[in-house]
Amino acid sequence: MWFFTHVWIIPALMALSFLLILFFGKKMPKKGAEIGIFFVGAAFVLALLTAGNWIAWSNDNPEGHGPAAEGAALANVDPSCSSVAAEAAALGTGVEHVEGKVAATAGGTAAAAGEATGGAAAHEEISTRPVVSCINWFKNGDQTISIGTLIDGQSVLLLVVVTLISLLVHVFSTDYVHGDRRYTHYFAFLSLFTASMLFFVLSENTLQMIVGWELVGVCSFALIGHWWEEKPNSDAALKAFLTNRVGDIGLLVGVIVLYFAAGKSFSIMDLNILSNEGGISHNLLLIGSLCLITAVMSKSGQFILHTWLPDAMAGPTPVSALIHAATMVVAGVYMVARLYPVFFEGLSISGSSVNALSMVGAITALFGAMLAFVQKDIKKVLAYSTVSQLGFMVTALGVGAWTAALFHLFTHAFFKACLFLGAGSLSHASHHSFNMVDDMGGLRKVMPKTFWTYLVATAALAGVFPLSGFWSKDEILAGTGSFPGTQGANGEYHVMLVMLLLAAFCTAAYMTRTIWYAFYGEYRGHGTPHESGPRITTPLIILASLGAIAGIVNLPAAFDFLPEGTQTRFEHYVEPVGLYFPAITHASFNPVLALVSVAVGAAGIGLAYLYFFKDAFAGLHGLADRNKVAAFFKNILVNKYYFDWLYTTVIVGFVKGPLARAANWFSAHVIDGAVNLVGKTAVGSGNWVYKNVDQKVVDGAVNGAGSSASGAGAYLRLTQTGRIQQYAALFFAAVAILVGVFVVVIG
Amino acid sequence: MLLNQFLLLSAILFTIGVYGVIVRKNGVLVLMSIELVLNAVNINLIVFSTYWGIAGQVFALFTIAIAAAEVGVGLAIVLLIYRNQRSVDIDELDELKG
Repeated sequence: MWFFTHVWIIPALMALSFLLILFFGKKMPKKGAEIGIFFVGAAFVLALLTAGNWIAWSNDNPEGHGPAAEGAALANVDPSCSSVAAEAAALGTGVEHVEGKVAATAGGTAAAAGEATGGAAAHEEISTRPVVSCINWFKNGDQTISIGTLIDGQSVLLLVVVTLISLLVHVFSTDYVHGDRRYTHYFAFLSLFTASMLFFVLSENTLQMIVGWELVGVCSFALIGHWWEEKPNSDAALKAFLTNRVGDIGLLVGVIVLYFAAGKSFSIMDLNILSNEGGISHNLLLIGSLCLITAVMSKSGQFILHTWLPDAMAGPTPVSALIHAATMVVAGVYMVARLYPVFFEGLSISGSSVNALSMVGAITALFGAMLAFVQKDIKKVLAYSTVSQLGFMVTALGVGAWTAALFHLFTHAFFKACLFLGAGSLSHASHHSFNMVDDMGGLRKVMPKTFWTYLVATAALAGVFPLSGFWSKDEILAGTGSFPGTQGANGEYHVMLVMLLLAAFCTAAYMTRTIWYAFYGEYRGHGTPHESGPRITTPLIILASLGAIAGIVNLPAAFDFLPEGTQTRFEHYVEPVGLYFPAITHASFNPVLALVSVAVGAAGIGLAYLYFFKDAFAGLHGLADRNKVAAFFKNILVNKYYFDWLYTTVIVGFVKGPLARAANWFSAHVIDGAVNLVGKTAVGSGNWVYKNVDQKVVDGAVNGAGSSASGAGAYLRLTQTGRIQQYAALFFAAVAILVGVFVVVIG
Repeated sequence: MLLNQFLLLSAILFTIGVYGVIVRKNGVLVLMSIELVLNAVNINLIVFSTYWGIAGQVFALFTIAIAAAEVGVGLAIVLLIYRNQRSVDIDELDELKG
């Protein structure tokens, strides 16, 4: 428990590391790298301890099963961060009360329906007991914004992955960016990024998520533009930042929609439970989830906002491995997984055969993979591969295979980080070029460690049995529920299965192509290539080993020949069960599908092998130079489906050219005209007022008062003759009259 | 009926005095007319004092004293008017005409 409530220490450590490196880094003997490594190592150890505690905590089952256990499972949610948990605590731990409350707000029937589809499966299992703790961040009126941590399997998983990859990348970087002019700065930003990412994954409410989301975006911006002296690098950083802004609008709108939908609550717990139990109308959830999908499209590099990710490869390679392959780009996937009930209910994932999320993912998976074929830059191949694999994860989430998505995130982090670091090692050897077509080749013999780790990671990515990629990809394919004989999936997503299989085929083929160009044939670069040092190869070996064996953590349940408690461990510890998570079902392992997927991968590898290594299909070589149709398609791919052209020339060009001119014309004629008209009207009315009101009415009144007083004076002065005797006469006359009056009155 | 006759005398004197004040052009004569008015009052006071006690005579003495002072001031004014205007005709004194 202590680890769960004090998990904020881990991001705090990294933030402290950032400050220490920033202020003292340059004075340290290793220029700040040792501070970063020390802190990220400590964070990794703490993350491992947290994970261990989580496993123990999950094994330590709460009393009883069924609905009551679900309610009791919220006992560790701080009531101040979740109104639903507060209600549950106030009414006793019985879940009936919670659901009664929800039903009251939802109008009864919706909650009942939600519970009916919620399914018996969830009730048979033991509920996850998430630990949520928070403090008040600020208070505005009666709205309290809290900040805190949410610990469950999902966040613990990301804690371990982020700190592990970050640690390895730190070590790798000490050699890779050695002697860089902003070496200290670089490590400071690595620390800041790690802190931000951990802050994001531990988010307790959606507002905190936005903060973490933007923080990692800023770090990504700073690190892509690390070598900003070269224009393309700073352009790439700007492009990444601006493209992400587009999606961030979706995030903001989505979060606001969900905030009001959940009865003015940012709490993830509240939001999830309410959407799960039918407390929020389907339409609101649909709007919210569509907005959030836009955010996923930008941050996780999904079509059509993926264009920044390949350009982001302008940053240092370890940064690409950490940020643009293993951690930051999965933020979108993580966000969907975190708010899964919103998507599950909003997009009606269960029982349908197509939805926006899975469509975006599948398109990305396939079209991203196809783009990887025409890239000369090895990092760009890997970037498109990342885009494509993120598409796999998003598709998995879209078809209801939550666990498969997170599992793929987990395995992908290892082998893709390994591939990126391997690419870094290659470029280290071949004079900082990433152009595998022109500057590499034949490196297999001089760089055996890099070669073997790269080969293992490639095989894992291609889904070769029994490496980790096979297991996670197979789970996603099964999760589409489309393959005949697959049971227990949430729907039947036929199109997705076909597209993912094609993408898997392409993945295997383009990875074989990179192997050919980088490691086989003759060396085409300058100088003499050499194997990298131990600080580069050790992380590679660790990551390749993990990428090879990580699959064992989630072996299919169908493998009943294995000892009890060794299958589906990942699902058991990571996937939440209970009120705040939809009752998803899990597709069973299908041996035929597994064979098909292996065959597809093998076909990809085999065909590419024959084409590149054996010079087979001679007719296809240079086809694009001879055949117009082939040239047409190749042109589309080389131009990246013209997305950059669309954005830069069409949209930006339109904004800069006709739109700007039109705006200028509008400004000059309409707005200025209106302003001038207002000005002229004001002057005219001012003149009129001066002539008529001021001169005639006001001055007239003042002059009239004066002249009437002088006129009255002219008459009254006639009585002032200056003759004393006249005054005396008047005086005596007046006295006489008064006397007369008094005599009459008194007498 | 003695009272009536004195009061009548006093009223006649007063009226003559007022008439003189209003119509005479000579400033000195105006002052003299004022003396008539004052003396008419004095007669009144003394007459009433024979009926209501000594206070009337005391007031008459006051009046005489004040009248003496008044004549002093008045004659000084008339003298100054004469110096400035070479005349004591108060009809010409309309400097205060509005």
